Amino acid sequence: MRRLLIWLPLALFLGFFALFASGLFKPDDRVITSKLIGQALPAFTLPAAASDRPALASTQLADGKPRLLNIFASWCIPCAAEAPQLMALKLAGVEIDAIAIRDARLDVDAFLARNGNPYSRIGLDARSGVQIALGSSGVPETFVIDGKGRIAYQHIGDIRADDVPMLLQRLKDAQ
Amino acid sequence: MIAEAGLAALWFAAVLALLQLFLVGMGLAGGKGEVLGAVRPVAILQGVLTAGAFVALISLFLRSDMSVLLVATNSHSAKPWLYKFAGTWGNHEGSMLLWVTVMGVAGAAVALFERALKRDAHMATLGAQAAISLGFYAFLLFSSNPFARISPAPADGQGLNPLLQDPGLAFHPPTLYLGYVGLSVAFSFAVGSLLTRQVDAAFARAMRPWVLAAWIMLTLGITAGSYWAYYELGWGGWWFWDPVENASLMPWLAATALLHSVTVLATRDALRAWTVMLAVVAFSMSMVGTFLVRSGILTSVHAFAVDPERGSFILALLALYIGGALALFGWRIGTVREGAPFELVSRETFLVVNNLLLSVILGLVLIGTLYPLMTEAFGHKVSVGAPYFDRIAGPIALILLIVMAAGPLTRWRRDQARAVAGRMLIPAGVALAAVVLVGALAWGRIGLLPYCGLVVALAVGVGSLAPLWKRNLRRTPLFTYGMVIAHLGCAVSLAGMACDSAFTIEKLVAARPGDTIETAGWTLRFQRILPLAGDNWTALQADVIAERNGRAVVIHPQSRFFASPPTTTTEAALLTRWNGQLYVVLGQEADAGRWQMRIWWKPFVTLIWLGGIMIALGGLLALIGRERRGWLMKWRARRAMA
Repeated sequence: MRRLLIWLPLALFLGFFALFASGLFKPDDRVITSKLIGQALPAFTLPAAASDRPALASTQLADGKPRLLNIFASWCIPCAAEAPQLMALKLAGVEIDAIAIRDARLDVDAFLARNGNPYSRIGLDARSGVQIALGSSGVPETFVIDGKGRIAYQHIGDIRADDVPMLLQRLKDAQ
Repeated sequence: MIAEAGLAALWFAAVLALLQLFLVGMGLAGGKGEVLGAVRPVAILQGVLTAGAFVALISLFLRSDMSVLLVATNSHSAKPWLYKFAGTWGNHEGSMLLWVTVMGVAGAAVALFERALKRDAHMATLGAQAAISLGFYAFLLFSSNPFARISPAPADGQGLNPLLQDPGLAFHPPTLYLGYVGLSVAFSFAVGSLLTRQVDAAFARAMRPWVLAAWIMLTLGITAGSYWAYYELGWGGWWFWDPVENASLMPWLAATALLHSVTVLATRDALRAWTVMLAVVAFSMSMVGTFLVRSGILTSVHAFAVDPERGSFILALLALYIGGALALFGWRIGTVREGAPFELVSRETFLVVNNLLLSVILGLVLIGTLYPLMTEAFGHKVSVGAPYFDRIAGPIALILLIVMAAGPLTRWRRDQARAVAGRMLIPAGVALAAVVLVGALAWGRIGLLPYCGLVVALAVGVGSLAPLWKRNLRRTPLFTYGMVIAHLGCAVSLAGMACDSAFTIEKLVAARPGDTIETAGWTLRFQRILPLAGDNWTALQADVIAERNGRAVVIHPQSRFFASPPTTTTEAALLTRWNGQLYVVLGQEADAGRWQMRIWWKPFVTLIWLGGIMIALGGLLALIGRERRGWLMKWRARRAMA
């Protein structure tokens, strides 16, 4: 027993060494895929974030129709930049719900008045709790949710004009 | 000329390290004892040379000598002199030179001042120190030469990362490095004692001041780094569980455990193998930390040198030194006799529990930090965030603090459980009162962990003062005061952390000049935005009048733009009051005339760093107290002989 304990640290270190070495020589891969793809959305119920849109709960996102769930904030500049793309998606018939992160109702109202409002429902996530549960690390991010309320795709960062066809295809695939 | 002199000094020092290793080998293993006399002067000269090389690099930075590649890529002539100075170690090569310098100077100090060890163990220690230094000299000279020239010399440099242009950061890395590399001395002691088979109380007494000194520096370095991140990064947080923060925390955890186990070994001659193991682990953690940062294997805000070639070099050094020391441990520790036994109810037991808990936290932090690497090896990508660390390390740390308060109330070797319980009556009463009081004030409004944190902080705060209870305060030794202050510091720091996470009020607004914002009892009147120019930056600065209880102060949150390299930093405005800090960050212009502003009121947050300073101060008192006692005893013995 004692003999085993004496050599245990060295054995552990050799394990770490192998790990380091493998990590060091592996080619860098910076594409991040969420672990939550294919999983059901975490359960949440959020209060309304804007004056003229209803609140949002996870149960409402499983009504059989694929949709987008956009994570945004009124204080976020790229969110304003992606607003025209969201509008284009809305005009293409996509239903878009949203979660406003660390926001206030007045600010959200002002943001929507300025940038347009493509959203059906907007939930307020005042402490980023739902955002973290979704595996989202910043704003803006956009999730494709299939009809059963499962996450089909996660888009990190703002939606550029050339991302729109890709998102439409993802929504179609999620049928 | 200065650059060439610095490089020459470095080469010369490396040769001396080789000579030092050779002399020790010849003297101890080759049976030529007479050559050992030369080891000390060689070690001292080596220290002087590394210091000389470092001074040479500093002077190159101060003169903005752009013909040196490192200066050209990391400095700029328009920078204030303090940041030219600090720029010396704000980059990969310079910080590795700092590392080697501290190592050389520490080796010289061991050669000069170490008197308690027997000659063979002392020489073996110096041999081990030379062996470690050699690897890092090679690393510096072959893959990270700080003195390389560039031709033709550019007209001006590229500048230092503006985030690093801050007085706090000028001194954070050197302090931390003194701690990291100071632990190399403990490592060398451990290797020396294993080689000469002298693991006993005398070895522990000789090693203790070095461990203490390194630990004090680590404590200060971590405290300073945490405060810097808090006010400079503008996120309002004080610890982010960033891989590099963890890299400084892990050696600290190991050194804290070592500090306590070395005391057990020095006083009671127990925990021999464990202490040697910890000494190896502590410095190994420093090296692993450096590896994590320098290799870029874990991406982090600190990674200013993402370079697989350097990474493989450091990996080879790690394998050589850590693997070698652990193999030596396995080979030799079987021949070390078991230490003195102790009973279950004794201070030794509490210190063992403390050591185990520290080790568990260390293990969890290590696993959390390396987790992305581990899962990636199996084809997944998972990153571990602050919630993991908070949830898993937090509760264990609370138990650790309770044990910390109980330990000093227990006698060495053997104690009565009933008597120990009696001594803990008052802290336990305080704990009970705190449960009720904090519960009545804040139940339901704060999380369980902050709640427990507040209770434990109050109880441990009182409990850590208990060792002074019924004692003659003037005859209490200085190192006991040191312990009390350090333990109290832990409670104070915990209180700050718990208050911050329980009671912080955050507000995010988009305000127009002229607007008034109310939050947490403060009234903030946003007056105007003005442009401002500094030495090497321009800024937009807000004038905000902060008013509470009828007294108003003007504060100036800034958004700063640096031209070289082009970067924006936030300069938070901090207003410190006895019961907390107001923290205001100016963000970007949201739309015409409205500015984003983040406002935090953080009750008692400053206690976090006050506690850190108290912990370091306690260590300093313990160091002075122990050294003075040793010196007095020697002096008395000499007088008795005369």
